[in-house]
Amino acid sequence: MRKIFTHYLFKRFLRMIFVIYVVVTFTFFLIRFMPSNPVEIYIENLMSNYSMSYEDARNMASSLFSIDLDTPLWKQYLIYLKNLLRGDLGKSILSSNIPVAEMISGFIPWTIFSVGASLIISFFLGISLGMMMAYRRGGILDHCMTTFASIVSAIPSYLIGLLLIVLLGVQLKIVPLSYMRGSISPGVKPGFNLKFFLDALAHAAVPITTYVISTVGGWMLSMKGNTLNVLGEDYITVARARGLKDRTITFKYVGKNAMLPLMTSLAISIGFIFGGSVIIENIFVYKGMGWLLAQSINSRDYTVMQGVFLIITVSVVLANFIAELLYVKLDPRIRR
Amino acid sequence: MKEGLKIFLRQLLRNKVGFAGFVILILIIFMSFVLPIFIPLDTKVKINEIYQPPSLKHPLGTDFQGRDILSQIIHGGKDVIIVAVFAGVIGTTIAVSLGALSGFAGGKTDMVITSLADILLTIPHFPLLAVLAAFIRLSSPIGLALLLGLLSWPGAMRAIRAQVLSLKERDFVEAARVLNLGTFHIIFKEIIPNMMNYIVMNFIFTMRSAVYSQVGLIILGFVPYSSHNWGIMIYYAWTRGAIFYKNSVLYLLAPISMIALFQWSLVSFARALEGIFNPRLREG
Repeated sequence: MRKIFTHYLFKRFLRMIFVIYVVVTFTFFLIRFMPSNPVEIYIENLMSNYSMSYEDARNMASSLFSIDLDTPLWKQYLIYLKNLLRGDLGKSILSSNIPVAEMISGFIPWTIFSVGASLIISFFLGISLGMMMAYRRGGILDHCMTTFASIVSAIPSYLIGLLLIVLLGVQLKIVPLSYMRGSISPGVKPGFNLKFFLDALAHAAVPITTYVISTVGGWMLSMKGNTLNVLGEDYITVARARGLKDRTITFKYVGKNAMLPLMTSLAISIGFIFGGSVIIENIFVYKGMGWLLAQSINSRDYTVMQGVFLIITVSVVLANFIAELLYVKLDPRIRR
Repeated sequence: MKEGLKIFLRQLLRNKVGFAGFVILILIIFMSFVLPIFIPLDTKVKINEIYQPPSLKHPLGTDFQGRDILSQIIHGGKDVIIVAVFAGVIGTTIAVSLGALSGFAGGKTDMVITSLADILLTIPHFPLLAVLAAFIRLSSPIGLALLLGLLSWPGAMRAIRAQVLSLKERDFVEAARVLNLGTFHIIFKEIIPNMMNYIVMNFIFTMRSAVYSQVGLIILGFVPYSSHNWGIMIYYAWTRGAIFYKNSVLYLLAPISMIALFQWSLVSFARALEGIFNPRLREG
């Protein structure tokens, strides 16, 4: 039995590695085979703007993209893979000589913090509200919350972000606009001190609220449905007949069983929030991975774009794998 | 057929939210495709009428160049809806073809198609679109719809495949096979008509995600086409700072409300359809 359990996860693990490999290969060929080949454009650009010789321009390009343009394609590909394994993602085209990996390490904590916090808050808020709705089904509270949930889950997340800026910042003036632009106030240095933590929290508050509002509706509705299903199960009736405390039944029997199917949606939600962060971080000028991706696309900084896209994908795939592990841990039926 | 339509309408009327969604959907489509014939688009720049509050002449006020906002709202839906419908058609066609092929053929074909779908599902959708937008010039709505459609089939494909797998074991399919009617006949005459509900639902959900993605790409400035649509209005409201002033807020709120309404009506309509297709969900 133990063997099957490890086997199942092992297969998942292999798939994760395979997906990462596919994305790595995809970005390599994307940069080289697309109609507007960025390497060639960069070389031409250097030649015309800085009157470099073709040789010099080529050398410069090959050091930036960390590829050797003289070797055959398959060798370039192998070198690219080798560099990736060493954590070398090339250098930024625009801000020359800054390694992409170093750049990303400055941006990724912000996204992991804001997206991670939103995911956890939204999930637990959603399942509590969903259970509450199921227990008081048919009442006014249930009606209001169902309406709320179906409306917010229909509106694109970034529109909710814009609405929050208008509502909280401009119309009601509850949150100063400066807290909705940027990830930190100018002059505050990252470090282990209260001032930094409070400032970072103040800037993350509205983006996190945006993610939570746009995803909580889905959790509420599915949790309500699952809870209603579980409440009809025989083992709940048996538990009641045994005279177990209501609290025990609510949390250990109903809650746990209704929550399980949602674990698989958690994986989808991770990818969705990460994807949405590209737009939301730009609306709030929140300097995370999504902001960096959009900036690099707008400024045609292909090496940064390639690196950021890779890291975003790898994070999502890793997060999916962790959700899978959690699911297997929580639901013993899968292991058999 | 007439009888079917009657049942459809009666069931739709029962679900109040679904009916509201249906009516709003029809109204939005009417506004975007019929009204533009009668109401011209206001494109003239009027420097002295910038960000006017609502008035009889301009019921929704004016934008950063003094142009009427209402006329832009009326003209701004067509592109958004066309892209959504085309992306929905392309995505659903691919999903149905691959789903039917995968479920029917089984074996290696099935494995290749499902793995491909799984990989595409794991890669975050919007970043992938954004990266592709950097390389492909998305200068026309149809080009954008094509890209959105080509990437949006995996989820629907899995649902269709599961349906095909279960339908293929049913008696009437068995009977068709015994009668030697051919795979083509079995897929198109026996299986697909029996999962029309799944196909329609997936079509609506693909449309919805196409609206999400296209407006997202427009807001980030990745789609260079210059027609008037709700996404472009939001883009201008945001980049020109209309969002930060009280007087100009309608320029942002109007297109946001239209997109939100459109998305909401799609979802409610889809939920109502689910109830109609699946009699077990019908209330009392």
